[in-house]
Amino acid sequence: MNRRVEFKNHLREIFHFQLRLVVGIGFVSVLMGILLVRFIYLQAARHTYYQTLSESNRIAVVPIVPNRGLILDRNGVVLAHNYSGYTLEINQNKTTDIEATINDLSTLVTITNKDRKRFKKLLSESHNFETLVIRNRLSDEEVARFAAQQYRFPGVEIKARLFRDYPFGDKTSHLIGYIGRINDSEVSQLEENDLAANYRGTDYIGKTGLEQSYETDLHGTTGIEQVEVDAGGRAVRMLARTAPVSGNTLVLSIDAKLQEIAEQAFGNYRGALVAIDPTTGEVLAFVSKPGYDPNPFIDGIDTQSWDELNNSPDVPLNNRALRGQYPPGSTIKPFMALAGLNFHTRSPEQTINDSGVYYLPGSSRQYRDWKPGGHGSVNMFKAIQMSCDTYFYGLATEMGIDNISNFLSRFGFGKKTGIDLEGETSGLVPSQEWKMKRYQQIWYPGDTVSVGIGQGYNLVTPLQLAFVTATLANNGVAYKPHLVKEVQSSRSSENRFIAKEPLYDLHIPPKDMDLVRRAMVAVTQAGGTAVFASAGATYQIAGKTGTAQVVAMKQGEKYDASKIDERHRDHAWFIAYAPADHPRIAMAVLAENGGHGGGTAAPIARKVFDYYLLGKLPKPLADVPIKKGSVHD
Amino acid sequence: MTKRQLWLAFIAHLDRQLLLGIALLLLTSLLVLFSADNASWDRPLNQLRNILVALTLMWLMANLPLHYLMRIAVPIYVVGMVLLIGVALVGDISHGARRWLNLGVTTIQPSELMKIGVPLMMAWYFEKHEATLTLKNYFIASILLFMPILLIARQPDLGTSLLISASGFYVLFLAGLSWRVIGGLFVAALASAPVMWSMMHDYQRHRIMMLLDPSQDALGNGYHTIQASIAVGSGGIFGKGYLNGTQTHLDFLPERTTDFIFAVYSEEFGLIGNLILLALYSFVIWRGFVITSHASTYFTRLMGGSITLTFATYAFVNMGMVSGILPVVGVPLPLISYGGTSMLTLLLGFGMLMSIETHKKLVKS
Repeated sequence: MNRRVEFKNHLREIFHFQLRLVVGIGFVSVLMGILLVRFIYLQAARHTYYQTLSESNRIAVVPIVPNRGLILDRNGVVLAHNYSGYTLEINQNKTTDIEATINDLSTLVTITNKDRKRFKKLLSESHNFETLVIRNRLSDEEVARFAAQQYRFPGVEIKARLFRDYPFGDKTSHLIGYIGRINDSEVSQLEENDLAANYRGTDYIGKTGLEQSYETDLHGTTGIEQVEVDAGGRAVRMLARTAPVSGNTLVLSIDAKLQEIAEQAFGNYRGALVAIDPTTGEVLAFVSKPGYDPNPFIDGIDTQSWDELNNSPDVPLNNRALRGQYPPGSTIKPFMALAGLNFHTRSPEQTINDSGVYYLPGSSRQYRDWKPGGHGSVNMFKAIQMSCDTYFYGLATEMGIDNISNFLSRFGFGKKTGIDLEGETSGLVPSQEWKMKRYQQIWYPGDTVSVGIGQGYNLVTPLQLAFVTATLANNGVAYKPHLVKEVQSSRSSENRFIAKEPLYDLHIPPKDMDLVRRAMVAVTQAGGTAVFASAGATYQIAGKTGTAQVVAMKQGEKYDASKIDERHRDHAWFIAYAPADHPRIAMAVLAENGGHGGGTAAPIARKVFDYYLLGKLPKPLADVPIKKGSVHD
Repeated sequence: MTKRQLWLAFIAHLDRQLLLGIALLLLTSLLVLFSADNASWDRPLNQLRNILVALTLMWLMANLPLHYLMRIAVPIYVVGMVLLIGVALVGDISHGARRWLNLGVTTIQPSELMKIGVPLMMAWYFEKHEATLTLKNYFIASILLFMPILLIARQPDLGTSLLISASGFYVLFLAGLSWRVIGGLFVAALASAPVMWSMMHDYQRHRIMMLLDPSQDALGNGYHTIQASIAVGSGGIFGKGYLNGTQTHLDFLPERTTDFIFAVYSEEFGLIGNLILLALYSFVIWRGFVITSHASTYFTRLMGGSITLTFATYAFVNMGMVSGILPVVGVPLPLISYGGTSMLTLLLGFGMLMSIETHKKLVKS
């Protein structure tokens, strides 16, 4: 009995066990089924998706940065180029103690305080994962020394890079500008213009000058290398390559030698000079003094040097030629004369009697001529030649501000010239509407008197004045000024010439033109205000001197240069073109605090003419007689 | 004895079908390892050595009569417990977990020993009380199970403790634990999930969170899961071809010779390869069930069933984790992942299965 029960139990127990085993088999089948479904989902249903992910894991697109285009002068002289050199760079991620690393490095290569400061600045601006330059332009010796010790510096590497260099330094800084590291706002701008792809891998972008305005040409097209990379980002092999296209070369209309001569002719004066070929609008020289060395800006200038430049009383960073706005002074007079002839306000022969003072009808306020006692009997020709203020006080008053502002605006005053640089200012031609808008004041007759001799509210830039002078030299036919003559493609045969671009023809009657031009020639001859300008010249120069007041004088006060602080002295202007009968070059010269145009500005112009027209190199500056305060315009 | 007789004696206790399945999986292991190790012979040769050692022990185990197995159950369990307590007190810390015990000569991981020790002890206990099984016996068996699990979970080693729990639970289940209790345990497990969650280490929680959304932390904890899924998915139907897996050979796959070796296999051999692998595993598991089903004693039935189900669980957990349906727990792919310890444990288990199969006639007679 007992045994039977046990036997039965045994069978029942085996049955139960087998049942459990079947449940177990079912359980395992479910598990296998789950896996099967998952595999089908991943490998069949979503295969394409994961295939794409795997490919993007595997393939990295590496940009190949194109060489930046060169900038040459009209004769092929290099103004901006690239050279290859070595940099020492620190990878932030692989370096734990950057400070200590730099200290260690300084035992191998020279690391100046400026380098450290610049590096700190880069570090504060950088995004992660970047390697940053600690030293530029390593010497071969330094490269060798570091290479031998490289194992000590896992996060530091030497890289061969192309550097931008401006061989003329401060002589062309305001013209060429410079490139610098791309900042955040430039990044978003590139993205907006859909250019971000072409700038992958590019660290630099044109910041000012031609480097900025011709950025698209100079940059070139970024090449692409498709490489297979491993998880660590190391390239394993190359899959495909599209070569980069180097940036285009800019050939300027600037003559580097002329630029240099003009620059030197200024001596210690601050100022600007713009010389234009009146028949084409090509800019031959474009000087703003003082300049600055653009080279340190490329890799980020250190704070101290920046402060020095930025706080200098000479404001070297200010592009005077392009952005400086000054009263034109007496240089406005030839244009006023043309306006007067245009509106038949005064005939050329009509004379006035200059007693040295001008009164508005019914007013006792004095408007003095620069020459005490006046010029006596003066017609239009003499008025320009001797720069008679009284004549133009009256002429302006008789013409009225509306006519003046209308004519000057047509001539190109108060407007941007459209030169191929960014940041140009427009100067100012005052009018009744302008004054009401600006000062909520009506126009007074006295305002017109000042405008007549280019003081008052008038403002011009040196570039603008050079442009209107060129237009005048070209008998009223204006060409848009431009600095770039030709854009040479790195793929030859695709060169693009910048054609001369006629803007307008003022249709000035030849006899009007003739009078003013003859008077301007007389300016540089005996009896004129700029005799020094043409003394001994084998060609004729037509010109006009001018003075821009820095400090306004009180009624009855006399201007005495020797009594005034140098920085408050008047700015000297000279506009001119030559040869007078067949002008090849027109220019405007501004010497800040130079006093009077004939004494300081005209000799500068002369040197530029001599070189451009005769190929004559100037004598040292000391030989040029500059008599301060003895002559006025 | 002739050569032939010697040979027959040598293979007498080897189950041919089981051996065939195992051998195919081991060959696959060497093949995939060669690729996972970037066509280097280092790991495949090491693995071959591991395999040979483990196969020898399997052969010894297969030749060991069952009553010896019964006899060593308690000593193995006791030694295992002592070592686990030793680990908890003076174990070496590596990767933030205290799992290894330095014995001077060598370091060992006692939790590995318990993968066999626990089911062996429980099966022994049930065999002892076969005739008069009551709820109390199940309760005592559970305590035998939970003591080592708690120690291992504390190390912390979630993967191993879960697998040992599974193998112990399989013994309880096969021993006839009533469905009502199983249901109750299931409900209790669900209810205690929040408590478990609060007791877990941060990295363990992370792994579970990552499973829900790996992209949350694509470069951190989610990286393993994402890269493994990419490897598997990009393999497609036919795979990228042997030695051509880009995820593998360009270093995107982490731990590709050990826990993630299945991703390597899957990338290079595709869905077809996966089906073959599933078939191989199913074949081995099926043979395990067959052997279990006609095992002669209560002890061997429980043991065989637990070994087979645990093996299936290993395979499922690893492949599930690599293909992104289970959290990343440190479970190797059985018989394929690189590593000597798990190879040894698994083949010892298969040795027991063979012993169960080949010694049953002796027991019967």
